[in-house]
Amino acid sequence: MSTNDRRRFMTKVGALTGALLAVSMVSGMGSAFAEDFPTAKVNTTKLAVTDKTVKVGILHSATGTMAISETGSIQAEKLAIAQINEMGGVLGRKIEIIQEDGASDWPTFAEKSKKLLENDKVAAVFGCWTSASRKAALPVFEKDNGLLFYPTFYEGLEQSKNVFYTGQEATQQILAGLDWIAKEKKAKTFYLIGSDYIWPRTSMKIARKHIEQHLGGKVVGEEYIALGDTQFGSVINKIKLKKPDIIYAAVVGGSNVAWFKQLNAAGLNSSKQTMLTISVTEDEVLGIGGENLAGFYSAMKYFQTLKNPNNEKFVADFKKMWGPKAVIGDVTQAAYLGPWLWKAAVERAGSFDVDKAVVALPGYELKTAPEGYVKVDPNHHLWSKLRIGKWRADGQADVVYESELIKPDPFPKGYQ
Amino acid sequence: MFGYSMAEIGNIMVMQGFAGLSMFSVLLLMALGLAIIFGQMGVINMAHGEFMTIGAYTTVMLSKLAVAYGFVNYYFIFAIIVAFVLAFAIGYLVEFTLIRHLYKRPLDTLLATWGLSLVMQQIFRSSFGAKEVSAELPEWLLGSFQPTPDIDIPINGVFVMGLAAVVTFGVFLFMFRSQWGLRVRATVQNRVMAGAVGINTKKVDRVTFALGCGIAGVAGAAFTTIASTGPTTGTLYIVDSFMVVVFGGAASLFGTIASAFGIAQAQSILQFFMTSSMGKVATLLTIVGILMMRPEGLFASKVRK
Repeated sequence: MSTNDRRRFMTKVGALTGALLAVSMVSGMGSAFAEDFPTAKVNTTKLAVTDKTVKVGILHSATGTMAISETGSIQAEKLAIAQINEMGGVLGRKIEIIQEDGASDWPTFAEKSKKLLENDKVAAVFGCWTSASRKAALPVFEKDNGLLFYPTFYEGLEQSKNVFYTGQEATQQILAGLDWIAKEKKAKTFYLIGSDYIWPRTSMKIARKHIEQHLGGKVVGEEYIALGDTQFGSVINKIKLKKPDIIYAAVVGGSNVAWFKQLNAAGLNSSKQTMLTISVTEDEVLGIGGENLAGFYSAMKYFQTLKNPNNEKFVADFKKMWGPKAVIGDVTQAAYLGPWLWKAAVERAGSFDVDKAVVALPGYELKTAPEGYVKVDPNHHLWSKLRIGKWRADGQADVVYESELIKPDPFPKGYQ
Repeated sequence: MFGYSMAEIGNIMVMQGFAGLSMFSVLLLMALGLAIIFGQMGVINMAHGEFMTIGAYTTVMLSKLAVAYGFVNYYFIFAIIVAFVLAFAIGYLVEFTLIRHLYKRPLDTLLATWGLSLVMQQIFRSSFGAKEVSAELPEWLLGSFQPTPDIDIPINGVFVMGLAAVVTFGVFLFMFRSQWGLRVRATVQNRVMAGAVGINTKKVDRVTFALGCGIAGVAGAAFTTIASTGPTTGTLYIVDSFMVVVFGGAASLFGTIASAFGIAQAQSILQFFMTSSMGKVATLLTIVGILMMRPEGLFASKVRK
């Protein structure tokens, strides 16, 4: 046995002992923990908490048009909960999931929220995806004093005592990305294009102000496409006439695929046109096709290719649970943070009560997040980094830029 | 003019003209199958979009096979034929099990086919997953054709246009130059008389319905070149399909062609000069206005009142 081999052997033995120790500690801790925290004490608001279990809700669309996007979030939340249970649960209690289907229908989200909070008495809900579904469910959470962890990057302009937002609000996703591309590509003219609903419109409003006031650039076109529209011929011709330095895009859903395919077919591929989009993650690439995206940029906080130990473990665990072909997009990662943040909130509060957990979470630093370090701000959003990914033909992105940690600012002054 | 050179304006006009033609062929392909089913048989087939989805998934699945066995360059034509046959067969089955029991209750067919569309969507979701997928396209369908360095004509657009022409010509031959078409038209005009002269009207119904579904399948296969495929893809197309057929005059195939052309040109020109969503709004308003004045659509079949 050479020194090298021996060292490797010793490391293995060490790791093994460590793992065994950890397992025995966890299993030992589980029961001890639950006894340390008697149910009557950690649950004074009649939530579904027993000596052994605690119930939480998952509320996403498993059917309907949004199922495409929300499936990844459901998978990530289930993975996180399974991992937490393996570690002994929360305050010694195993998490039980009650899953409800929002069915891509906003009133259904409100109804199911009511069911989860009033009938099932769940301690927390991980769910909602579109802004419309969140806006529908929000009054229910505020009235019944529930706790919602919301994963999607969204337009901001909202803050509720009962919600934690694990995705980026608009300024976290937009400003740093525009700064980077303006500097990197010496860009002066921008063409803004998005789907026609609240998130792209609010985002483009912020982008336009930033371009005009801070970057000294010019917006040469601003365009909104009806949701589901698949005909981009005229829009593409307009872009060809205006010849913008940058296309800044927030097109979603089925339109997104048609947009990229037709852009390529019309000769505007990445060798002729620079584009930065805020609506393409690994999930969307599956439909769009990597060859149509290669060379374009996305601004997100997370890409599957991120190189750090947290992420490598996360990607491996995710694929182990959901199959080797599974891809992980920005929102899927943000959804994965929800259960971990809730666990931290409850443990810091020493209680499942929503009022206590909510005040305990701000200031918490999650160092095991796949995206790296995140911190919970008093405004219930997360401090996170912005990253620019350059798409490859194989559907993954190379991270070409990473910002500093950005403070969330859901009500940006001067941008409204 | 507006700060652009004449050459630039000329190039854009060429490409814009092409964009309008390309949208025309897309609308025509969508609506042709429906025009046959709705126009000739009076069946409101809400599952029309799902038959397109069948064609699209057929193409996606075949493209996976093609990638695995290395015949990507040739499979697409084959896929269109398989899409037709499959959608035709399923349409035949649907007519036999569902539609034929409802001919005397036209509003119930609306409900039944809508239910069918939901069932089909869930079947797609269960078998192919909720995520949208794309077909691997052959090399010759990608990119653009450049007559001059500043004009790009998308090849997939040309392909869809060619296909629309072939399908339209085929339908024309079938309806107006074949024995079958004669029987179909006879049945549409007077079912009882047609039966009396020995036409098997039930069989005519079945084949007509199946043919409409088959054409929807072809349209679905063609649309994989411009958009992705998911369980609910059909719902994106169904509204436009009905709009074209109703605007054209339900019982007239020529009306469908004229209406697809009119809507496509209006929309593509308006979208160029206004924003995209306003262009759509203006087109729809025009259609509503015209339909208020002419409820029977552009080309109504002449009947004695």
